[in-house]
Amino acid sequence: MSFLAIQRILGLLLVVFSLTMLPPVGVSLFYGDGSHGAFLAAFAALVAIGVLVWLPARRDRRDLRLRDGFMVVTLFWAVLGIAGALPLYLSPQPAVSATDAIFESVSGLTTTGATVLVGLDALPRSILYYRQQLQWLGGMGIIILAVALLPMLGVGGMSLYRAEMPGPVKDTKLTPRITQTARMLWVVYVSITAACAAGYLLAGMEPFDAVGHAFATVAIGGFSHYDASIGQFDSRAVEMVAVLFMLVGAVNFGLHFTAWRSGRFDAYWRDPECAAFLKLMVGLSALTLLYLLLAGDYDDTLQLAADGVFQAVSIATTTGFTTSHFHHWPAGLPVLLLFASFVGGCAGSTAGGLKVVRCLLLVKQGRREIVRLVHPTAEIPVQLGGRAVSLRVVDAVWGFFAVYVGVFTVLMLAMMATGLDQVTAFSAIAATLNNLGPGLGEVALNYASIGTVGKWICVLAMLLGRLEIFTLIILFTVTFWRK
Amino acid sequence: MKIIILGAGQVGRTAAYHLAREEANDVTVVDTNDHLLRDLQDRLDIRTVAGNAAHPNILELAGAATADMVVALTNSDEVNMVACQVAWTLFRTRTKIARIRSLAYTGHEGLFFDTDSPPPDGAGFPVDVYISPEEIVTQYIERLIRYSGALQVLEFADGRVRLVGVKAVKGGPLVGQQLRSIREHLPNVDARVVAIYREGGSILPEGDTIIQHGDEVFFLAATEDMRKVMVELRRVEDAVKRVVIAGGGNIGLRLAQRIEDRYQVKLIERDQARARRISETLRSTVVLHGDAADEELLIEENIDSADVFCAVTNAEESNILSAMLAKRLGAHRVMALINRPAYAEMMQSGSIDVAISPQSVTIGSLLAHVRRGDVVRVHSLRRGAAEAIEAIAHGARGSKVVGRRVEEIKLPKGATIGAIVRGQDVIMGHHDTVVEEGDHVIVFLTDRRHVEAVERLFQD
Repeated sequence: MSFLAIQRILGLLLVVFSLTMLPPVGVSLFYGDGSHGAFLAAFAALVAIGVLVWLPARRDRRDLRLRDGFMVVTLFWAVLGIAGALPLYLSPQPAVSATDAIFESVSGLTTTGATVLVGLDALPRSILYYRQQLQWLGGMGIIILAVALLPMLGVGGMSLYRAEMPGPVKDTKLTPRITQTARMLWVVYVSITAACAAGYLLAGMEPFDAVGHAFATVAIGGFSHYDASIGQFDSRAVEMVAVLFMLVGAVNFGLHFTAWRSGRFDAYWRDPECAAFLKLMVGLSALTLLYLLLAGDYDDTLQLAADGVFQAVSIATTTGFTTSHFHHWPAGLPVLLLFASFVGGCAGSTAGGLKVVRCLLLVKQGRREIVRLVHPTAEIPVQLGGRAVSLRVVDAVWGFFAVYVGVFTVLMLAMMATGLDQVTAFSAIAATLNNLGPGLGEVALNYASIGTVGKWICVLAMLLGRLEIFTLIILFTVTFWRK
Repeated sequence: MKIIILGAGQVGRTAAYHLAREEANDVTVVDTNDHLLRDLQDRLDIRTVAGNAAHPNILELAGAATADMVVALTNSDEVNMVACQVAWTLFRTRTKIARIRSLAYTGHEGLFFDTDSPPPDGAGFPVDVYISPEEIVTQYIERLIRYSGALQVLEFADGRVRLVGVKAVKGGPLVGQQLRSIREHLPNVDARVVAIYREGGSILPEGDTIIQHGDEVFFLAATEDMRKVMVELRRVEDAVKRVVIAGGGNIGLRLAQRIEDRYQVKLIERDQARARRISETLRSTVVLHGDAADEELLIEENIDSADVFCAVTNAEESNILSAMLAKRLGAHRVMALINRPAYAEMMQSGSIDVAISPQSVTIGSLLAHVRRGDVVRVHSLRRGAAEAIEAIAHGARGSKVVGRRVEEIKLPKGATIGAIVRGQDVIMGHHDTVVEEGDHVIVFLTDRRHVEAVERLFQD
């Protein structure tokens, strides 16, 4: 472990992050909401801390090792959660405790979208903008942004990239150099965001809302400027734009890159993970519609169709936008959608959850066991897109699944121990661990009422979910620290 | 430059390492072995693709459509040749370099052609450059045997100039003297000391630098003069007569074939069938079946009167051990083929006279094609830390090199212009020498990180 190298990079990353305090200052001055002081103070504090951390280690030239990568990423996400909370805490409005500020900031950065704030509509615009921006930065990963901007991270950049990028197979680079790969991902990300904002504008949003919601949509985040979320706009066009870009955001960005570069859009359909994801979304939407139709609560069929599809996609991709009170829907449906969020989006996307490819592999293995019972001596490789998947990956998927379930159980029991009922505890952990956002029961609208301990447990769950558990949990193992 | 390296073997890995550490190169490595690739990707900033290197779909995945260069270094000549053919036919890759080991292919005129100047009928394999690492290493060892006392002998300008690394030994007339006294010692010889390495660090040689016992001195001289300079740095050594080669593999056999007419050669091979087979192809070499680390055998074969013992088996550990043993039993000079740079470093400062690193010997022939500017030859020295470059000076007006005196040329730190070859003449780089159009300029760099600055000088 080379602590100096870690320290040097942490310092640099903090300075990079401090720059993200500047756009809200602009927004604040533009709208004259008077919150710019908080952002400037946060900016100054972060630059100062960053430089102070960096200075003693600036001469260190050692490359990051594999282990250091985990350390840097986890430390940085933890530090980031606190640093991102600074302006929320410092700003006179909203008046929040440190816990609430950190909860909000982590929920933003991990693209969860769970909020403890009530009365969003009345908050200063710069604060609203800042929350959306946090989601957008966390979506593709602020460390991947740093890798794109700082070429000197070099080989070490790969270990950072791997520790932050979601998915079971992380060795695929789009281009030979890691810096370029990171840059390409960000280019794709920015373009999709721009397209999404344009879509919202055309659908009738005002520019401020369009940009803010585009940030949260493409990042699969779920923050909104309004307490009523997307429901505020009461527009079918807005909802369909949102559905489209939630789907786009939940697809592997590497796949977007290759499909665009080659101009072959059938690549989406030919990619086994993406195909499975799209089928799943269609199936789930159909099931939701059927359920709602049979329950017969709705008077307006168009409204029903829009709500059904929107809510199914929003929850299953782990975005967490809402248009209706879906937690009041007939019995099994909210839980079904919550379970769908465990599958989440594709690997290498901004979505949370277990990721489609892992679930696909789990299903295929289950099927293999069945075939094996019939043909005990058969050689049956697990295949994905016509290629056998290496045993190592298959093992890793099982390991990940087991740990995910284990972590989920422990955290849910901890939540119940703080005095919450089972539905609330279950849905709160599912919604935070999967980086979804809204849950059921007490946390259906916001997380304001779950108590300080409960909030901290949720913060932990959100970080675990975003860093796919292992990156974070590895720091608490003996093996990692053994020399 | 976008480069695809096929094969992640010893040579492929070294090539990837050297190429990827230059910021300007984008390197993709293709191999069938997943584990090797994963390991390589952990250490280098490259992309890897698993699969058969000659298959079009694999090459496409590796980015052949936009690649500037394909370097085929798999251990199969046939795969390398087909890969070059595929790259040219389907992707029109400009530069194709292949490792071709077998003399059966390289010995045939017209089998390969350079796609920049294709033959009228377009027949043959489109391999612009073929390299045979075994051949290069063999030639290198041959030179080391011929110039006993040299640590490295590298050729420039078709062999007209040589760069020689020598360990200075007490008793050599120049040792303990200032560098500028070389003129008095050798009034008719034009030689130039380009670098001195002392205790692991490099010293920029100046007129008043004093050469000490144990220094590694690198000098440039015309080929006919190099022996005279070497004598100044070491006591006179007996000419080499008896050579013992351990290992009858590719390199051992080739080496024996090349030198058996000049020296008395004994070759020790472990495998009986192989020993029998090579004894049939060799004329005067005595082929012994046995273990090169067998003390009895070495004593029996008069190892104490051997002038050179050269261990070139596939296993570097056994090369090291047998060379050490031979040295202890009285062999005059021992050399060992060592792949790992760390081993080579350890050994050369101690019990083995010359550690031969096959990768750094071969990598130069690859690097020359990657360099921008008109670079003819690159030699990698000191395990890749230093580099010697031979480049052609071009361009009339505004050139950073042509028409300028050596002292006017803005060289990066640690770089020296060693020599200039103009037609048949070899001119040492004195401060007032003026570089002309078409000159081959030999630049020595103690720190290879400045390579790009030198390249820029020779770019038009």
